[in-house]
Amino acid sequence: MTSQRTLIAALLIVLALVAPLVAYPVFLMTALCFALFACAFNLLLGYAGLMSFGHAMFFGMGGYFFGYVVKTMGLAPEIGLLAGVGGAALLGLVTGALAIRRQGIYFAMITLAFAQMVYFICVQAPFTGGEDGLQGIPRRALLGGLLPIDSDRTLYYVVLVLFLFGFGLIYRVIHSPFGQVLKAIRDNEQRAVSLGYEADRYKLLAFVLSASLAGLAGSMKALVLQFATLTDVSAGVSGEVVLMALVGGLGTIFGPVIGAFIIVAMQNYLAFTGEFVLVIQGAIFVVIVMAFRKGLLGEFSDWWKRRRAG
Amino acid sequence: MADATTKDPLLKVEELQAWYGESHILHGVGFEIGRGELVTLLGRNGVGKTTTLRSIMGIVGKRSGSVRFEGQETVGRPSNIIARLGIAYCPEERGIFSSLNVEENLMLPPAVKPGGMSVEEIYTLFPNLKERRRSQGTKLSGGEQQMLAIGRILRTGANLLMLDEPTEGLAPVIVQRIGEIIRQLKQRGFTILLVEQNFHFAATVADRHYVMEDGRVVDMIVAADVEKNVGKLQAYLGV
Amino acid sequence: MLDIFSIPLPALFGQLLLGLINGAFYAMLSLGLAVIFGMLNVINFTHGAQYMLGAFAAWLLLTNLSIPFWASLVLAPLIVGLFGVLIERLLLKRIYHLDHLYGFLLTFGLSLVIEGLFQWKWGSSGAPYPSPIAGGYNLGFMFLPAYRGFVVLAALVVCLATWYGIERTRLGAYLRAATENPTLVQAFGINVPRLITLTYGLGVGLAALAGVLAAPIQQVSALMGTNLVLVVFAVVVIGGMGSIMGSIVTGFGLGLIEGFTKVVYPPASNTVIFVVMAIVLLVKPAGLFGQTK
Ligand SMILES: Nc1ncnc2c1ncn2[C@@H]1O[C@H](COP(=O)(O)OP(=O)(O)OP(=O)(O)O)[C@@H](O)[C@H]1O
Ligand SMILES: [Mg+2]
Repeated sequence: MTSQRTLIAALLIVLALVAPLVAYPVFLMTALCFALFACAFNLLLGYAGLMSFGHAMFFGMGGYFFGYVVKTMGLAPEIGLLAGVGGAALLGLVTGALAIRRQGIYFAMITLAFAQMVYFICVQAPFTGGEDGLQGIPRRALLGGLLPIDSDRTLYYVVLVLFLFGFGLIYRVIHSPFGQVLKAIRDNEQRAVSLGYEADRYKLLAFVLSASLAGLAGSMKALVLQFATLTDVSAGVSGEVVLMALVGGLGTIFGPVIGAFIIVAMQNYLAFTGEFVLVIQGAIFVVIVMAFRKGLLGEFSDWWKRRRAG
Repeated sequence: MADATTKDPLLKVEELQAWYGESHILHGVGFEIGRGELVTLLGRNGVGKTTTLRSIMGIVGKRSGSVRFEGQETVGRPSNIIARLGIAYCPEERGIFSSLNVEENLMLPPAVKPGGMSVEEIYTLFPNLKERRRSQGTKLSGGEQQMLAIGRILRTGANLLMLDEPTEGLAPVIVQRIGEIIRQLKQRGFTILLVEQNFHFAATVADRHYVMEDGRVVDMIVAADVEKNVGKLQAYLGV
Repeated sequence: MLDIFSIPLPALFGQLLLGLINGAFYAMLSLGLAVIFGMLNVINFTHGAQYMLGAFAAWLLLTNLSIPFWASLVLAPLIVGLFGVLIERLLLKRIYHLDHLYGFLLTFGLSLVIEGLFQWKWGSSGAPYPSPIAGGYNLGFMFLPAYRGFVVLAALVVCLATWYGIERTRLGAYLRAATENPTLVQAFGINVPRLITLTYGLGVGLAALAGVLAAPIQQVSALMGTNLVLVVFAVVVIGGMGSIMGSIVTGFGLGLIEGFTKVVYPPASNTVIFVVMAIVLLVKPAGLFGQTK
């Protein structure tokens, strides 16, 4: 089983390495950014049982922090990335500490409300560029000038490394003792508390971690596409990331990655239909909730198990 | 098992099986009640007495077998339709609604047949309820809540009353009072299916006793034979 | 704080009136959300879209069939409410046994579909709806447009009627009881599934009615309910969903606070409700009128 998994992982990495030869690097990079975002979201919902419906605030703010540091302050992209992660973490700390005071569906509503507040602030605040956003964020060379990233192909590998770093971190967290406690809290909070775990601390830590990684994903997107706009802090994007995780399979490790690629691809191909993309996304939500709650990967593994058993 | 029942039972239960999710609780319960009879279901904790009442009412996860009320099959019908046939249920946990006051609790079950008791009659039977009719339902004492739970099913015109352990956790005076009320209800012509742990209480009111063990009815004893079967009953009930 | 008094009174009262109107919509919408949540265990994300549908229904009735505002006030909630009944019967009914999260996601998806379709067909810029009552009253300290006064009164009446219906009538007693213990209520002979459908239809109708009332004040547009429903979520968190009167008071109160902020510090007027939410979460996490379960 483990060797099989290693094999699959190796295969995927090879695939990722050759991918820009067959697909547009910008598409791949965008998808990787959303994949990391979806994995961060999934860490929270799939493994800690916390449904944040406001994750766009971390993703979008990550982009703004990155853009502000790199464009307005003229600093190196690495500092921009750090700012994106740090800023999102701080925002996660504040909103998370408040949101975890309620459970279940209230948690979702509270995160959604805070995200809306952040959105309104972004509309007005001077540093976000308002309706125009931050445009033309320069792609300054990395590593103190040693690694120029003007070429999309080069940048793709940088983004891939960043993605793998984030993904690996999530994988490690899920399989760490911390991840085990999270799952215990998800399955039965009262029991976990009676075993002596301070559930709120664990939840908050998971929230901040997830927010930071979402911030990283948002900064990466700003690095790739060279802009940061209101769209990325809007409720629509908060919904999109839920959809990605849901399509791929909540609580599966690769599911959100698959979901992100599917949704980003769908948006690319259906961009010509304009608003109709929203209708299709909404319909996918409805269909999945009604019929395929485990998502692609979950349903597939069920099917596989049945096939093996039968 | 002696068959001492009427030709035309009000309720006839046969081969009743019931499940809560995956767990199979009733394994073929069978018994019957004649019109105007007062019959008890006895048995130890967890043998399935409550589940039997809930299955008759149609509020368990899944059931099979046959439950005929006035000749009509009820298995497979939703509980609101079963209630409208004339079966009323007073649950073990009493089910008083905290967001309703006493009078609203009393008036909640809709009339299903003509001939139910009037509110005034019910207040005469339970004077406490009248005094406290504006209080929140769950602010009443345990005894008063039990009276309310019984009182509210008398208005509806249902002719079969199913009472699940109405004396549970109550003081002896109140138990006595409930005994009197149950006898009065029988006199008024109600048919009553009573679940009891308190055998001494049951013996004072019932015509017949069915004994349950492990999801089945295993014995039936008529009131007249209780004296000579005390030993057997004590073994069944583990007292 | 002293500079409040340097603000001309008409401006202050004008903003407070606007706040009261917004508050009226918050109250009507959060009321519907709370009633639906109590019975269905679903946070109805589609509420904003259904508010929009109410306004659109009135506008379509007017432009296509020349049906006047006053008739739409009844017709539009009825049409949209029936549409809600359909949604409940076809979709929501099948997911009550699942975690609350799925109802949230399902109704979110539905709102995307509905708003997307309307945006696709009619674009996102709004269409004006003529005010059914012209003129207004000079109250001395301010000018009160008659229609706006009517909206506040109408919303107040609707809210109080809803409160009365739930707290003082027989149907309301069924509702309250079924919120607590649906199984037992059904075992008393009440058709609870139908009661649930009815509740959803009523809640949706209430949202649509708010939409009709809003049509002459705001532009009728596909996305008019999108941001509103998010604010109403905050209102619901602040008030707690346990109490009908609580929803009403919280809704109007927050509208007023918003209006007041617009006078004192305009940039914060969009966000003040969320700030109040943060404070309430710190001080009384269950909400102002909520019970800690
Ligand atoms: N909701 C439920 N889900 C699963 N199992 C249940 C449920 N309710 C009861 N049971 C199980 O069904 C069995 C029968 O329970 P039931 O309540 O019918 O017993 P009872 O005879 O009424 O007992 P008591 O005298 O304690 O009231 C018990 O083993 C109980 O654990
Ligand atoms: Mg019992």
